[in-house]
Amino acid sequence: MIRDITIGQYYPADSVLHRLDPRVKLVGTLAFLISLFLFNNFIGYVVAGAFLATMIKISKVPFKFIVRGLKTIVILMLFTVTFNLFLTDGQILWQWRFIKITVEGIELAVFMALRLTFLIIGSSLMTLTTTPNQLTDGLETGLAPLKKIHMPVHEIAMMMSIALRFIPILLEETDKIMKAQQARGADFEEGKLIERAKALVPVLVPLFVSAFRRANDLAMAMEARCYRGGDGRTRMKPLKYNRQDAIAYLCLTGYLVFVVGISRLAEVFLAQWLG
Amino acid sequence: MEMIEAKNLVYEYIRRDEEGNVEGIIRAVDGVTMEVKRGDFVAILGHNGSGKSTIAKQINAILEPTEGTLFVNGIDVAEEENIWDVRQTAGMVFQNPDNQIIASVVEEDVAFGPENLGVPTEEIWERVAESLQAVGMTEYRYHSPNKLSGGQKQRVAIAGIMAMKPKCIVLDEPTAMLDPNGRKEVIKTLHELNEKEQVTVLLITHYMDEVIHADKVIVMDDGKVVMQGTPREVFSKVAELKKHRLDVPQVTELAYELQQAGVPLPNGILTVEEFTEALLAVKGKY
Repeated sequence: MIRDITIGQYYPADSVLHRLDPRVKLVGTLAFLISLFLFNNFIGYVVAGAFLATMIKISKVPFKFIVRGLKTIVILMLFTVTFNLFLTDGQILWQWRFIKITVEGIELAVFMALRLTFLIIGSSLMTLTTTPNQLTDGLETGLAPLKKIHMPVHEIAMMMSIALRFIPILLEETDKIMKAQQARGADFEEGKLIERAKALVPVLVPLFVSAFRRANDLAMAMEARCYRGGDGRTRMKPLKYNRQDAIAYLCLTGYLVFVVGISRLAEVFLAQWLG
Repeated sequence: MEMIEAKNLVYEYIRRDEEGNVEGIIRAVDGVTMEVKRGDFVAILGHNGSGKSTIAKQINAILEPTEGTLFVNGIDVAEEENIWDVRQTAGMVFQNPDNQIIASVVEEDVAFGPENLGVPTEEIWERVAESLQAVGMTEYRYHSPNKLSGGQKQRVAIAGIMAMKPKCIVLDEPTAMLDPNGRKEVIKTLHELNEKEQVTVLLITHYMDEVIHADKVIVMDDGKVVMQGTPREVFSKVAELKKHRLDVPQVTELAYELQQAGVPLPNGILTVEEFTEALLAVKGKY
């Protein structure tokens, strides 16, 4: 199951989306995520979905690869859908004692599910098309003004990029430790929740020990390569906006105006038609 | 001026209890005097705990000498302000390939060193291309390090050091976690760099067969230098090596055993070819 997490994993390919400035992608993702909360009708979701589908198409990342990231939030999704479905007041379709399904409930549940799906796909699309280094470079340059108020922007960015680099390594290590413990009779699959949680202790302890050892080694290797903080550092890939980034910003603005406008229009028409 | 010059070098690990009182002192390096000539390929041999890794860390100014002096390319390692010069002159490659690769793409990792040194962007690109070429990893430049084999990862780590244009590379058991193929790959790369780029190589290892082509072998035991010389000189003293809990290459061992049994073979045979030749010569006599 741990292998299904696609957030924070880079998918190498040669596409426009891969070549965009990471700042554009960061702003774009943020804008897209916010845009999902600006409308509340079907047309808005169709537009957002179409936008997302186009981006996936442009990114050249296989759809299967992106969907894998959704598996991890299935439980969360079931929760939200169930709650919204059964606990929303409105025009009742079916009722059994206090449990009822309403038209508004169905609508809300579908919208919530779509919203969550778009949220996850949208943000994993960003990490799939941006190397962690670019991503943290983008954050670092984007947040650079905060250095004036003594925010350790470079350090935070460096920590994030290292964390991202070590996610797959530590996952592999977890797998290895779990297998080693299973080989000696550990049981992770059966028992009550508390028992299962207890069974994880012999996995977590060695994992932590090894993570600290790795951190120590890495710090030494970084110092041996003359790392001494952000001051005086140059970049192999300095961030520079060019034409395609400007176009991307334009497209993004266009999408935002379009999605908000059309869902507003739809609401007005709907209100008139019903009223 | 030699590349590396150590005189009576000492390093003590001091263990302290919770109040900070000294609990025990371990002398990891105990009065080492040695030198590494410019452009040489030198190997330090020793079993675990012989102090060989500690010396490597001192050469890279990660550990400061407790006593004695250590000069790298004429720079005093003990001076605080020289640390970055020393680290640029003597690049260091560590044992675990996973724990020294910082970036998630090969070329970005190779660029990490030059970036830290403040090298201008265009030159970083040149250096990255050159270093990857030098270790034969150009075709993997856009790959993720996680998908490479151990030997390839170690070559990327070497490229990362080469991009800093060091005069000397110190490798602390770079092959200990690799399979035989990976080990051969790394050692071959090191010899190529030594010959083509004239980089001084200081290889720390406990695999005997990796040092037979070195210019000089230094054997350490218990923090002291106990033997040094060309591989042939060192490996001809099989009994002495065994005393320091070291093995000799298999062929050398076989030749030694035959010699002990009365076959008149010369001392210090290092390769299978030499052995066959010597054995045929002996056969001709009888």
